[in-house]
Amino acid sequence: MGEKLLSVENISKDFGPVRVLFGIDFAVYPGEVHALIGENGAGKSTLVKIISGYHQQTEGNIYLEGEEVHFSDIAEGEDQGIVMIHQELNLAPDLTVEENIFLGQEKKKGWLLDKQQMIADVKSILKELNCDVSPNQRIKGLSISNQQMVEIAKAVRKEAKVIIMDEPTSSLTSEEVKVLFELIRKLQEENVGIIFISHKLDEVKEIADRVTILRDGEHVRTGSVENFSEDQMANLMVGRELKDMYPEKPVFEKEEVALEVKNLSVPDYVESASFKLQKNEILGFAGLVGAGRTELMEGVVGLKKRTSGEIHKYGEKIEINNYIDAVKNNIAYLSEDRKGKTLLTNKKLTINLTLLALEKFAKPFIDNERELEAYIGAAEKFEIQAPNYNVTADKLSGGNQQKLGVAKLMEIEPEIIIFDEPTRGIDVGTKQQMYDFIKNLVTEEDKSCIVVSSELQEIIGLCTRVVVMCNGRVAGIVSGEDINEETIMQYATGLKGVI
Amino acid sequence: MNLKQKLGLENFKFDLNLLKNLGPLLALVFLFILATAINPAFISAGNLRNVFARTAFIGIIAVGATFVIVAGGIDLSVGSMAAFISGVMIIVMNAAAARFGVGATTVIIGMVTSIVVGFAAGAFNGLFITKGKIEPFIITLGTMGIFRSLVTYLADGGTLSLDFGVRATYRPVYYRIILGVPLPVIVFAIIALIATIILNKTKFGRYCTAIGSNYEVAKYSAINVPRIRTMTFILQGLCVAIATILYVPRLGAASSSTGLMWELEAIAAVIIGGTALKGGYGRIWGTIVGAIILTLIGNILNLTDMVSPYLNGTVQGLIIIGAVMLQRSNKE
Repeated sequence: MGEKLLSVENISKDFGPVRVLFGIDFAVYPGEVHALIGENGAGKSTLVKIISGYHQQTEGNIYLEGEEVHFSDIAEGEDQGIVMIHQELNLAPDLTVEENIFLGQEKKKGWLLDKQQMIADVKSILKELNCDVSPNQRIKGLSISNQQMVEIAKAVRKEAKVIIMDEPTSSLTSEEVKVLFELIRKLQEENVGIIFISHKLDEVKEIADRVTILRDGEHVRTGSVENFSEDQMANLMVGRELKDMYPEKPVFEKEEVALEVKNLSVPDYVESASFKLQKNEILGFAGLVGAGRTELMEGVVGLKKRTSGEIHKYGEKIEINNYIDAVKNNIAYLSEDRKGKTLLTNKKLTINLTLLALEKFAKPFIDNERELEAYIGAAEKFEIQAPNYNVTADKLSGGNQQKLGVAKLMEIEPEIIIFDEPTRGIDVGTKQQMYDFIKNLVTEEDKSCIVVSSELQEIIGLCTRVVVMCNGRVAGIVSGEDINEETIMQYATGLKGVI
Repeated sequence: MNLKQKLGLENFKFDLNLLKNLGPLLALVFLFILATAINPAFISAGNLRNVFARTAFIGIIAVGATFVIVAGGIDLSVGSMAAFISGVMIIVMNAAAARFGVGATTVIIGMVTSIVVGFAAGAFNGLFITKGKIEPFIITLGTMGIFRSLVTYLADGGTLSLDFGVRATYRPVYYRIILGVPLPVIVFAIIALIATIILNKTKFGRYCTAIGSNYEVAKYSAINVPRIRTMTFILQGLCVAIATILYVPRLGAASSSTGLMWELEAIAAVIIGGTALKGGYGRIWGTIVGAIILTLIGNILNLTDMVSPYLNGTVQGLIIIGAVMLQRSNKE
């Protein structure tokens, strides 16, 4: 294998008082594809962000071709040949392929841009990558996979030694994945080292040479991919019995439909989706990024315009034309975007808590005492940890913000609660609390819940039935023994189900 | 207990913040002292009455503007709207005088007209902005031109004059002094008090703040965002109407130059008072202080010959810039 291309030794990272990485060792050899896997929050992203210069390590060293390096930002990392391709592509949609590839590093002829030279360069790179895209096309007209090609071409143009790919296949079709993998193999021949982050273990098996597994910020295992089965990798990632983490699933005595959605369509996102939520059930919604789960839920509660669809609550048809209607019908929705849609981050905790249910506190003048009482009650029930009640919401940790968001919903005493990515970006301890809380809602408080999540383990551990979406449609609904990673992924990727 | 605690200074940092928060008020006190030092005539009852009565127009309009701005909007049309309402009022009152005589009935008809036109003009702005999904800046830039040209058209390029008989009846609305306080100042104080309660103590006020703070969060909190935004513009229209009711008896005339630049003075008063221009935070008392500061500057420049009164705009401009800079350092 020769000399290590890039290695990190004993890397630790603290965010404030919280340590998120604990003494990680990791290395990439020239021409190697090294997969980095782990659950959400395991520290994969933090590690590659340190490698690429986005974050700086608290402890430990980074070596590039044997020399110790320090990057104070991404630009320095890129100068040295470490390029990261983000999950959300970072391209300017209105610029052309050529303009994006040279963005910020344009070639000049005197005062003017040397357009001809740049187009020629881009053509040769794209040809080398076997990529059928013209340098003059605008990014917004390209498919996601072609946009990804452009990102890779950009990395090649910068003569990247190490390319980091953060879940590159999450929004690609299986055909597009094949093309990407061919490209990765080409880059391998050029002796580029590749760090490949993915949740899809079959892909890791197929493309990677070695794999490193992280869990809760700690290094678990590194080894040749041949030495692990997919199951072994999954077990090492999770590292604990799922039963420990998730509460016992409730059992139904009788069937009663709390919410039924029939043929709901949201233009561009969801096509004719139907599902039923049983009373006191936790119904999961799984699918890949962009499958239309969030849009479907927003369509249900009236936050997104729908072109068709009926909604029935306890057998009666209800009209929901906007979110206000949904709230009147005691249906509450927790957005996946905590800071952008749930909380006024620069406002006090009480203001956030009572905003949805303000009616209750204003008769006709807002009673600040009652707001404060409500906050004290919520802080106790949801174990919200705040420096004091007078701070603004942005002073809370992610987990506590999420608890505040949930508490805000519960102020209207909803019957049906839709949680969209309820545990995204929060620590394991808070996740556990969130799971216990959701379970309590259905077992103790007579509520019915929908949980949309991209974390399969969470869906599997928590839900009694799972609706799997693929490309804006309901691909399948699984229950009982079928709630496992393999079956869900088959539906989610379109291998199974009606498409 | 150490010395700091004994002196109650352990919250010293908090006190500094308080100082910053009270910035506009301190500036006002400073201006008062400065003005008295420059020319003792400043502090005379007559001059102060004059200052506060003048403040009332801009102040009342600025109270409405506070709601619009807190909810993340802006209304550039208020000056033109005031001119337009003045024009319509005068035409209606002159016509009414012919039928009902020059007594209180005619004046009341004029006042009702003002309120109706102000409501309609505000609703026009608000509905186009929310239903048409167009930036408030664009719509109110449009209506600014429309209202101004309508009053020019109504006055046929000249001046609309109120019937002299009606003028005599109407005069006290501006010139009446009750217990030493001019009537417009009393109206201004009442409106400010009501507005403070609305902004701080009602759902509507809280919703305005939420919308201006984060439009999306407001939507995801089941707030009827278009309705609340429309209502802020209607409220603004009503404030302009009330200001106009107080203004018309002052001169008894309206022309194309009535209310010129009032929109900028109103917005400036709001900003000097510490309300965030991008919305999400606002305070009525600040707006009132801001409006008084703006009038004071003109008054002080008139009372002294150190700076030419022609530089009034320059001094006002510098104060606006200074106020915004203070706001920014508040954030950090």
